[in-house]
Amino acid sequence: MPIISARGLSKTYRVADKQPGIGGTLRHFFARRSRDVQAVSEVSFTIEPGEIVGFLGPNGAGKTTTLKMLTGLIHPSAGEVEVAGCAPFRRQAGFLRQITLVMGQKQQLIWDLPPLDSLRVNAAVYGIDDAEAKRRIDELAGMLDLGEELTRPVRKLSLGQRMKAELLAALLHRPAILFLDEPTLGLDVNAQARVREFLADYNRRHGATVLLTSHYMADITALCRRVLLIHQGKLFYDGSLDGLTERLAPHREVRFELRDPPPAAAFASYGAFESQDGQQLRLLVPRSELTATVSRLLADFDVLDLEVSDPPIEEIIGRLFRQGAVS
Amino acid sequence: MRGSRRLRFARGWRIARVLLSTQYAYMLEYRAEIALWALSGVLPLIMLGVWSGSEAAGGLGLSPERLSRYFLSAFVVRQFTIVWLVHVFEEDALQGRLSPYLLQPLHPLWRYLASHLSEQATRLPFVVLIMAIFFLFQPAAFWLPTPGGFLLAVVAIHLAFLLRFLLQTVITMLCFWTERAAALERLLLIPYLFLSGLVAPLEAFPEGVRAFALLTPFPAMLSFPAQLLAGEPVDLAGGLITIGVWAALLLPLALWLWQAGLRRYSAMGA
Repeated sequence: MPIISARGLSKTYRVADKQPGIGGTLRHFFARRSRDVQAVSEVSFTIEPGEIVGFLGPNGAGKTTTLKMLTGLIHPSAGEVEVAGCAPFRRQAGFLRQITLVMGQKQQLIWDLPPLDSLRVNAAVYGIDDAEAKRRIDELAGMLDLGEELTRPVRKLSLGQRMKAELLAALLHRPAILFLDEPTLGLDVNAQARVREFLADYNRRHGATVLLTSHYMADITALCRRVLLIHQGKLFYDGSLDGLTERLAPHREVRFELRDPPPAAAFASYGAFESQDGQQLRLLVPRSELTATVSRLLADFDVLDLEVSDPPIEEIIGRLFRQGAVS
Repeated sequence: MRGSRRLRFARGWRIARVLLSTQYAYMLEYRAEIALWALSGVLPLIMLGVWSGSEAAGGLGLSPERLSRYFLSAFVVRQFTIVWLVHVFEEDALQGRLSPYLLQPLHPLWRYLASHLSEQATRLPFVVLIMAIFFLFQPAAFWLPTPGGFLLAVVAIHLAFLLRFLLQTVITMLCFWTERAAALERLLLIPYLFLSGLVAPLEAFPEGVRAFALLTPFPAMLSFPAQLLAGEPVDLAGGLITIGVWAALLLPLALWLWQAGLRRYSAMGA
């Protein structure tokens, strides 16, 4: 039975429509105009307990709006949504105890106090007794590699330390469902990896369901076997990450090194020439012709090294959105 | 049944304790700013200066000591009834800081209430200091209220604060419809200034204006607790009934606006 279920979920915002300049300002003052913006349009999906699902899409695609509807922060304009058996927008205490929302660019920790003060408040709000709160803080702090940072004012912490403390605060009540909106935004590579490891560990230990948006494909490839792809408010892919690559990238990338590379035109019959860097060359070859093409390359040239891979997922998705291939 | 009620009470008490102590620690970080805010609330003492130089007070039968005690009491009441909910809530809603509060099983207004009470606790030493300086220059005005009168005054000050908090909550909920509800709150400042007894004791008002003022909630927010603290004769039952009636009107309105407002909330900036 799904723990998250969205059927025909839509959200329309009314936004002010104002032209720039003094004329636009005066017109806006006397005759205010607004227009409707369809942020999310008839999105349907279900998520089973314990799944980690990546939510992909360019800026403004409707990812955050969907998360806000799933957490009950905003009311859907149409459609039905059920999370942990509850209608999120009713914001019943039983529902709120089961979820958390972490937003990479927002914080719930009190800025001028150490994270432990905010954690004390959260423990009281969620009815976790002092001994149990301490046990959970120790466990999560260990997983997140947090120590004396918890007694330092939040404003004195680095971005990575702050994000880890935010995660600790968001998970103290041990939610069964995690909504994560860009949890690694702005973090350096090491901190990103640490947060990813933590999320995978938390999911394993507690069987939590995770819906994650991220601009860093490394987050998605490391954590999510399933992805939802949303564009202009519409869901256009729901399936495995491998399936997405299969569907969106009918080519495979062949990287090879030649002792004596000929001009690029010599590779026209082998595939789409992508780049050359000294002796290193890169071709895109249709999947169906891969074996034959590799055999020909090995037979026709003095190949020093050869490697076949899928193009990076961010390249596939980026190209897809640039080409407007999503419909 | 009784057990679950006791559990709920214990949980509520723990939340209140933790919220108040945390917010107090937070406010202490801003003690210099709060001292300046305390100093900026000396309007009643300025009004005392104005009235002391006028013959009108004598005409109303107010001796200089009674006048001093009234305005000093008004100063104290004002210090502990200041409400800034609309300003922080508006900012929190615009910046998306409201969203995490909405996702926890605790009504966000409790957090704001705890902030106000903690700020009052931080303000207390500065208020005592300003009073001490006042008595140093005006020793004749010194008085000690009776224990009963003082207790009643403390209760009335808290009720006055809660009434102001409730009234501003109603205005604050308009943040869900307009991004600048604080501007609407400023409109309330004028009737508050003139009808609460802040610029002049209610006895100084013409009878008709005074009767009108007493129909509004504003005298209960300042004049009523200030008179109790100053040891002036006061209609205790009338004052408490006024607070009760206005609270009974404002509380359901605030809760209804909250529910209706949440439907419109677009979690801006979050």
